[in-house]
Amino acid sequence: MAIQLKSEASKGMALSAPATLYVGLLVAVPLGILIVYSFWTQSYVDIDRTLTWANYIEAFQDPLVRHLIVRTIIIAGLVTIATVVLAYPIAYFIAFRTKKQTLWLLLITIPFWSSYLLRVFSWKLILGFNGVLNSALMTIGIINEPLTFLLYNEIAVVLTLAHAWAPFAILPIYVSLQKIDRSLHEAATDLGCNMYQAFIRVTLPLTVPGIIAASLIIFIPTVGDYVTPALVGGSEGKMIANLIQVQFGAANNWPMGATLSLLSMLSVGFVAMLAVFTMNTAGRRIR
Amino acid sequence: MSSLQRFIPGLLTYATLYLVFLYLPVLLLPLFSFNDGTIVAFPLQGFTLKWYGQLGQQDTLIKALGNSLIVGGVTAVFSTAMGLFAARAFVRYRFKGRELSEGLVMLPLVIPGIIVASSMLVLFISIGLRPSLTTIILGHTFVALPFAVSIMKSSFDQFDQSLEEAAFDLGESVIGTFRRVTLPIVFPGIVASLLMTFTVSFDEFVLAFFLSGNEPTLPVYIWSQIRFPAKLPNTLALGSLLLFFSILLLMIAESFRRRAAKSQI
Repeated sequence: MAIQLKSEASKGMALSAPATLYVGLLVAVPLGILIVYSFWTQSYVDIDRTLTWANYIEAFQDPLVRHLIVRTIIIAGLVTIATVVLAYPIAYFIAFRTKKQTLWLLLITIPFWSSYLLRVFSWKLILGFNGVLNSALMTIGIINEPLTFLLYNEIAVVLTLAHAWAPFAILPIYVSLQKIDRSLHEAATDLGCNMYQAFIRVTLPLTVPGIIAASLIIFIPTVGDYVTPALVGGSEGKMIANLIQVQFGAANNWPMGATLSLLSMLSVGFVAMLAVFTMNTAGRRIR
Repeated sequence: MSSLQRFIPGLLTYATLYLVFLYLPVLLLPLFSFNDGTIVAFPLQGFTLKWYGQLGQQDTLIKALGNSLIVGGVTAVFSTAMGLFAARAFVRYRFKGRELSEGLVMLPLVIPGIIVASSMLVLFISIGLRPSLTTIILGHTFVALPFAVSIMKSSFDQFDQSLEEAAFDLGESVIGTFRRVTLPIVFPGIVASLLMTFTVSFDEFVLAFFLSGNEPTLPVYIWSQIRFPAKLPNTLALGSLLLFFSILLLMIAESFRRRAAKSQI
């Protein structure tokens, strides 16, 4: 029996090894190299390989870097809140208020089977000065001049990403709503809660895990997004990823790019942990 | 009860509006790709197919399409093969580090794109791999792997172990059992995974942009075209085609995945 078990285990390990090693190596090795790079410096075309904190000191002293990191986290936070708030009623609707759940879930995911780049590009066309929205509103006669506040700012970035991440918010919240025992809600109303109170004190706290999952899935990639800010963000909506891309591209300062990548990763991790802790506490409090 | 009844149409209206919001950008590209005008604005100017017709004459586009097909195809095979083995291990065997390994293979889903892209670029340059189709394939396999693993896992999940045991007992070899029992049952899952990972690679932009060097894939080509207003109608036509094929492929993948789920019950 022991031999049998051992061979079971080794079979399992052998079968899962290629995938595990592939992902493990491609996470760990580049990260290690990135860390090493962040302690090197760029001197003109060569890389100076003496280990130094110079990049970190420069990054911390540079007001632009600080500004971009703070702005990135604020935008990512706004995107997360907007997406979750917009998505929650839909998840609720699908979970409790329709019989055609599969159809609705399919309808919601189909738009996201298309290229992310093209969807962002499409928003640029919708929100532009001579774009779809302005021209449509002018044709109907609601406005006389194009609205200028639509494109090239933080609002455009938040709107575009609230669209891009929609299913990532709807699905986890839907799953957590599905798991709720309906009788809990009935008990709450029997004990004198109205619909609103029952929702706030029973349903909402029970979906906190779903909300946390959705928030993390949205917040983390948003921090690393550079397509959306580059296409619809203008100069007001630039984020840290755009600066990282410049370091690896036009500026050709890879050590600084590595430093900025690591710094943004650390700040994401920190803010995400803080947010998870806050949400968990809040969830327990309202109950 | 009356408040509940008022609540339902409210939510339904909201859900419908939300669907309009979701579909607006996706339907817009095809709509304007048939528009006989060079700016994307209302009112529409008339129907034309010329923007599509011009696509065939662009050599760089055809080259980029070829690159995308190669990268997508190889990525699909690599990630599905690794995903197949890993999913089999996760569902069938109990071993030390299984949970860790299951979590690890899902990691590519949550690492920000720019971090994956920049760190892989640095890695590949450090080991002397120039940016090329090979580096894009290596990167895309990493990104597509979680999709392959989760599809294959759901495909193995309800797989009845006793079928394999029966085949063994009846004298089939290990390879024979796999070919005649296991493979036919998980085959729809494999097709679903191949289509899904192909599409993930076909649509992926950020990694391809960092790792492509002078061999652009289709999304990288589109990115280079977005800057030129004169090329806009052609970009719309190309984008519409891409949207159409992505959605078509994934619908086929979904139907295979469902067939895989059904055949085991």
